[in-house]
Amino acid sequence: MSASTHHDTVLKHHFDNLEQQRSAERLGMWFFLVTEVLFFSGMFVAYTVYRNWYPGEFAFASQHLILWIAGLNTGLLITSSLTMTLAIRSAQLGDTAGLIRRLLITFALGAGFMGFKAFEYSTDYHEKFVPGEMFRTEYDSAVKELAPVSAAAVKDYKFTGGQEHWSQDLAKINHGKTPGSEGTVSPERVQLFLCFYYIMTAIHGVHIVVGLGCILWLVCEAYRGAVPAAGYSKVEVVSLYWHLVDMIWLFLMPLLYLIGSRGGH
Amino acid sequence: MSIVIGDTPRTAPPPPEPAVPGRNYINETSGFWSWALTVDHKRIGILYLVSITAFFLVGGIAAGLVRANLLTPNGAILTEDQYNKAFTAHGVVMLFLFLIPSIPAVFGNFLVPLMIGAKDLAFPKLNLASWYVFMIGAAFMVWGLLAGGIDTGWTLYPPYSSRYSHSSVAPGVFGVFITGFSSIMTGLNIMVTIHKMRAPGMTWGRLPLFIWAMYATSFIQLLGTPVVAITLVLLLVERLAGVGIFDPSIGGDPVLYQHLFWFYSHPAVYIMIVPGMGVISEVLTCFSRKNIFGYKAVAWSSVGIAVVGFLVWAHHMFVAGISYYSALLFSFLTMLVAVPSAIKVFNWVATLYRGSITFQAPMMFTLAFLVLFTVGGVTGLFLATMGTDIHLHDTYFVVAHFHFVMVGGMVLAYLAGIHFWWPKMTGRMYSDFWSKTSATVIFVGFFFTFVPQFVLGYHGMPRRYPNYPEEFQVYNVLSTAGASILGVGYLMPAVYLTLSLFYGPKASANPWSATGLEWQVPSPPTVFNFEYLPITVCGPYEYAIGVDQMGRGLPEPPGMSDDNPASRLGLSGPAGAQAKETEVVG
Repeated sequence: MSASTHHDTVLKHHFDNLEQQRSAERLGMWFFLVTEVLFFSGMFVAYTVYRNWYPGEFAFASQHLILWIAGLNTGLLITSSLTMTLAIRSAQLGDTAGLIRRLLITFALGAGFMGFKAFEYSTDYHEKFVPGEMFRTEYDSAVKELAPVSAAAVKDYKFTGGQEHWSQDLAKINHGKTPGSEGTVSPERVQLFLCFYYIMTAIHGVHIVVGLGCILWLVCEAYRGAVPAAGYSKVEVVSLYWHLVDMIWLFLMPLLYLIGSRGGH
Repeated sequence: MSIVIGDTPRTAPPPPEPAVPGRNYINETSGFWSWALTVDHKRIGILYLVSITAFFLVGGIAAGLVRANLLTPNGAILTEDQYNKAFTAHGVVMLFLFLIPSIPAVFGNFLVPLMIGAKDLAFPKLNLASWYVFMIGAAFMVWGLLAGGIDTGWTLYPPYSSRYSHSSVAPGVFGVFITGFSSIMTGLNIMVTIHKMRAPGMTWGRLPLFIWAMYATSFIQLLGTPVVAITLVLLLVERLAGVGIFDPSIGGDPVLYQHLFWFYSHPAVYIMIVPGMGVISEVLTCFSRKNIFGYKAVAWSSVGIAVVGFLVWAHHMFVAGISYYSALLFSFLTMLVAVPSAIKVFNWVATLYRGSITFQAPMMFTLAFLVLFTVGGVTGLFLATMGTDIHLHDTYFVVAHFHFVMVGGMVLAYLAGIHFWWPKMTGRMYSDFWSKTSATVIFVGFFFTFVPQFVLGYHGMPRRYPNYPEEFQVYNVLSTAGASILGVGYLMPAVYLTLSLFYGPKASANPWSATGLEWQVPSPPTVFNFEYLPITVCGPYEYAIGVDQMGRGLPEPPGMSDDNPASRLGLSGPAGAQAKETEVVG
């Protein structure tokens, strides 16, 4: 009968003991992660189908995303997973100051990810690299610009690369060819890739924001002393979630940014 | 009183004050907020019960409109546009707001902790949140139905739903998306509870079959619902942002939507029927006073349905242009899912054999279930067979098959459950005569409604059409007449059950002399369910032993007092030795 007073504040009324409570919380989070994997799996399936059908368009679009931001963001997220794991260690030891510090570093890294992501979105938007009417207009004007140039001259055109020149690049590839014929890149299917790019990264971003909210909540809890060593499992379940969100990014990053050989056709 | 084994307290400390006689979960606290903010699994079950009953009424009215309109070949009361909206409303409301939450959210919430000897579900706040999420989703759907209605059919196939429909598809789809999370929350909660919160002695082999069914259901909810959620997100983005994932004009594929949609929505019919099968196992054993025939077979067939159910979705798409060979494969797999369902039916019938059967209302609903579900299951094989499905696809044969399983199966199982556990939930008995009458009326009305639809479908009347050739009228009139009888049958329980709350005689703790753990506590149960540590010493349906001799739920069962709890739990070796220090703290 050594249930300490510490345990009583942590143990909820409907559990028999702390071990049962902890393992229930962990299992609950694992089941939740299963649902998250299946949630994303629908998009991954759709992505796989279309990429299999339209490899050229997917590669073209992928080349015109901003790679350095994705690379930097990957670094930020991987590092944040490390600091999150260290936070569990602090919580287990009852080191509240260390816990708060490490949670705040994790928060900063995650917020940094979202900051760069926002910058990337705004750049994409300025370059009109978004599916819909804007894309169409931009592409049409690039085609019009290129119209007087002969097919032979187009061959000497420098493949500009980089996101801001996507419409010229696309117009150049398709110049003088019948739509749908060998070697063309369909602008409609480039938009299809962009749909996936935006939807998948946006939903991933929502998950990051939720994770940041949970981390902030943990900071508040720790600050008011509600994360004793016996109650470390709340840090653990948040970290499980955070790792999953990181892991999804590790799949998204190569599938979206690295599928075309960069540097031209 | 709580038992302590070794150093580990096996129950939480008893409530600060000893339970006052006459106090229960209903009258312990009162006022609006005591219900609106409750985290008691029993009260949340009641909240769900009230909400889904209301939605059943809404869906029923829509069904009534559809049937009334089909009285004449050219549509009796509705315009064609209104007709589209009426059958969509019927489908959407009945499926997402009634059938999916019905047994998992009402009985799952109320009974799972009681049946396994726990004080609550593992995550009580999440449980309350699930009800609010459900109601928010429902509000969006009702908004969609009121503000213009939805005319796509409940399957919401693009590109019609994404680009061309002028009805309120967006709020409706968003509502379905939100209610999905409520379903996931309930499933997750129940699954963790079954894994982690079982009382001592409640081994997997002693779980009531309702718990096994709920486990299988939760498994489907967890794995299936997220997929339809993301599918609906893609559909919403396509509709609202004007970009296309499923739009063939920019290279998208509408058949992909069907794949993703049915990957959830086919298993979803097992979310609807498997918990009903769990209810049937409980009621059937009780009113035939027999142990279930083939416990393990019935338990594992639930899991079998859950697993195989995920491999059969494309049988909805035999005529959608999928490859011949995948259609063949899916046809075969669909046949396979009939096996666990048949195992259940055979075991139930074997349980009835030489049982001491009494025809109380729950049992009458159960027997009706057995007949109707079997017909529904067998006609399912016609549709699973690719060749016959080409002929029967999208006809009233499908409608009749589906309703035999979902209404004849699930709704009757739900009613059996309501009548079986009503005394436990409310502490009142209902009218014996009226409940039996209602079971009979529903059975008769059901038969008249849906048997003619098999004939209609076989002769080629397509589903979802507002008008039909004149030679079909006689069957349609029969069907509508049956639906009216069915409607009366449904209204009767609403009346006599409500009256029983005020005038019904008080129910004893165990009015049916059933063996389940939930019958060992008072009716209605107290807030924390068990005042003592319930210990399970035998299987769930030991009717041969007799309820009074089972001694479950008592700290010292009669006749076993010289035993220590550890040995009753089957503990031996070091754990058993440690448990010799058992002390009873009270």
